[in-house]
Amino acid sequence: MQSVQFIAKFEYLDEIREFVGDIARAGGFNAKEVYNIQLAADEAASNVIEHAYAGVHDGLLELSCGVNGNTITIMLVDHGESFDPSEIPLPDLKADLSERKIGGLGIFLMRKLMDEVHYENRPNKSNVLTMIKRKG
Amino acid sequence: MEIIAQEFKHCDLITIKGRVDSSTAPQMAQALETANESGKYKLVLDIAGLDYMSSAGFRALLAAQRNCKKYNRGEVVLVNVPSRIREALELAGFTELFKTFDDTLMAVGHF
Repeated sequence: MQSVQFIAKFEYLDEIREFVGDIARAGGFNAKEVYNIQLAADEAASNVIEHAYAGVHDGLLELSCGVNGNTITIMLVDHGESFDPSEIPLPDLKADLSERKIGGLGIFLMRKLMDEVHYENRPNKSNVLTMIKRKG
Repeated sequence: MEIIAQEFKHCDLITIKGRVDSSTAPQMAQALETANESGKYKLVLDIAGLDYMSSAGFRALLAAQRNCKKYNRGEVVLVNVPSRIREALELAGFTELFKTFDDTLMAVGHF
């Protein structure tokens, strides 16, 4: 696994996508898979920045990523407010325009794009999000 | 991200290039709001040159569509949607909320 730390700011999303994209590409994932992995990482990081670190300007976001055989693993650690994506209700994709909810979409995409999404709230105020995707 | 707005007789064409994420989506939302504030509700969004869009962009699109469709005064249509972005929009159930065209002139002519 390679690791990198970012200040939790939206302006680093480009670099976050690049970091996981380079590892996924080098690990043999195809262009469509690479895009989807980047999108899932972006949505996960955006949620941390927006929710876990709401109102915090110097939060740290630790991103680890590695490919093992057919599987890519992305791990995101933050020290903000605990935030369990599984508690967020899924958006109603059949709702018409006026009833369409604006939240929950990022988490929904993460779950759809990746094979596994796990959330763990560790002691010392560490939130660990792990996402896994297999090739093909 | 780069945004170019062009006025046509019956609608406005807004070309968006680059990447839309949580960092740049406010800029896109602002461009769409600016159009609405000057009374433009029939908007063609040409996103052929868009490399990437996250759910932050989807939310901005949804807000614009709601505002434009209010009182039947218009709508947002999408043209030249790149395949990766189309797939993500489909996953999010957004393709039912926006008419899409494969040709800019057809999209402009829709209004």
